[in-house]
Amino acid sequence: MAGHEITFEPDDRYNAFLTTCRKVPHGPGELAGIAVAVKDNISTKGIETTCASKILKGYIPPYDAHVVELLRQSGAAIVGKTNMDEFGMGTTTENSAFGPTLNPGDIGRVPGGSSGGSAAAIAGGMVRMALGTDTGGSIRCPAAFCGIVGLKPTYGRVSRYGLIAYANSLEQVGPMGQTVTDVSTLMGVIAGHDRRDSTSHNKPYTHTPRAGIKGLKIGIPQEYFGVGVDPEVAAVVNKAIGRLEELGATTVPCSIPSMEYALAAYYVTCTCEASSNLARFDGVRYGPAADTKKSWHDAFREVRRAGFGTEVRRRILLGTYALSSGYYGKYYAKAQIARENVKKDFARIFSEVDVIAGPTMPTIAFKLGEKSDPLSMYLSDILTVPANLAGIPAISVPCGKAEGMPVGLQIMGRPGEDERVIDVAYTFEQAVT
Amino acid sequence: MATEQEVNHIAELADVSINTEELVPFTHQFNAILDYFDILDRVSGDTAVTRDLYNVMREDLVEPSLPQEDVLRNAPAQEDGFIKAPRVM
Repeated sequence: MAGHEITFEPDDRYNAFLTTCRKVPHGPGELAGIAVAVKDNISTKGIETTCASKILKGYIPPYDAHVVELLRQSGAAIVGKTNMDEFGMGTTTENSAFGPTLNPGDIGRVPGGSSGGSAAAIAGGMVRMALGTDTGGSIRCPAAFCGIVGLKPTYGRVSRYGLIAYANSLEQVGPMGQTVTDVSTLMGVIAGHDRRDSTSHNKPYTHTPRAGIKGLKIGIPQEYFGVGVDPEVAAVVNKAIGRLEELGATTVPCSIPSMEYALAAYYVTCTCEASSNLARFDGVRYGPAADTKKSWHDAFREVRRAGFGTEVRRRILLGTYALSSGYYGKYYAKAQIARENVKKDFARIFSEVDVIAGPTMPTIAFKLGEKSDPLSMYLSDILTVPANLAGIPAISVPCGKAEGMPVGLQIMGRPGEDERVIDVAYTFEQAVT
Repeated sequence: MATEQEVNHIAELADVSINTEELVPFTHQFNAILDYFDILDRVSGDTAVTRDLYNVMREDLVEPSLPQEDVLRNAPAQEDGFIKAPRVM
């Protein structure tokens, strides 16, 4: 079967792609000849990989990420690299050094982020499936805003080898697609053990989605319908949950008190990890050249000021500050306690219910430029970060519209029960389409 | 509250520069975020414990790695098969 190739010439009016490959050879396999897009923070051998940052402009990875190796082995045609918030830092895909991606449903709005290019490429009909990454909602938010399906897998089910790290303890590579079946198929290709990722579980995914949720217990956390959640969005999601009840599930009200601290815990943790991870970008091994005649501090500072965008520098500074002498106990140590409390709350709720449901995002897609204040952008992640702090699987599936824009229903499950959240999403999708 | 001088100092520690015209809005936003983080002062609970975690080790053996020319390909400055870096002293 060698010698097959597809031609990819999309009309990329949404700026979903940073790089496209016109002629793409592919082998046989489960995804033979299917066009798959890959987020630009996932290493692709021989294809430029920038994390949407000027500091990696021109960087061509000498190796494939584990998930990309698996895609190639499955016959997938990797047709391009998708736009994102620089290094994954954002909720809108406006923080790209190469211009924002537009929402295919309304080009005056953002696609969500940070995997906004992957979501727009799918919603805009350019590819059937794509890889994204989710550190605090970066798969689920754009899936919700663009009206597609996206899964953040259980932490450890998908290898992070070759993912350019932003916040290692939180992030996962995950599948995005037009349908739950596509997402499940892609998950089957990318999940499994990889010894090059020391946090990898040996838990392959071999599931086929099954409809049927009779007797399923669904927890409905009050915090997911509280202050800050747009009443129209809440109404659409409530109706979807009503549909799940009609299909045989029972709902149980519950509460996640640790949510009060979850967002701060998340932002302290991810900025601390970022300040360490992003130290490697100094213009020596890759990226724009550091002036080797200058002292190394001066040379690095120059490269990093020119190469990093504002939000990336902000997060590096926040993390450096939070970890600096005298502040570690106030910020990082407290954030880890809060993170543990989130895990405990989920464990308690999951001893009584099978899954937890709520909105993916508190609002519909923002207008371009609407979230210019960083803190107000951070606050919009409140419903997605708990799953990352706890390492649990969470999916976003389209469940209706508010003001003409898509709304996502989020289903979270016990650690390792990605199959169950897929089945619940599939049951819902089959019932409404 | 972090002062503009402190923000500049942190930027120096992190080898990230802040332009003069950015400093005022940057410090303002920085403080708004730190104020929000203060909510963590109220967190109570056990010192973080790590459950279900164990170290993953392997034997310290040489394994196949990338050829030197592939590793050097992205380095902007090279000399005699080495990556050239700014002077440290």
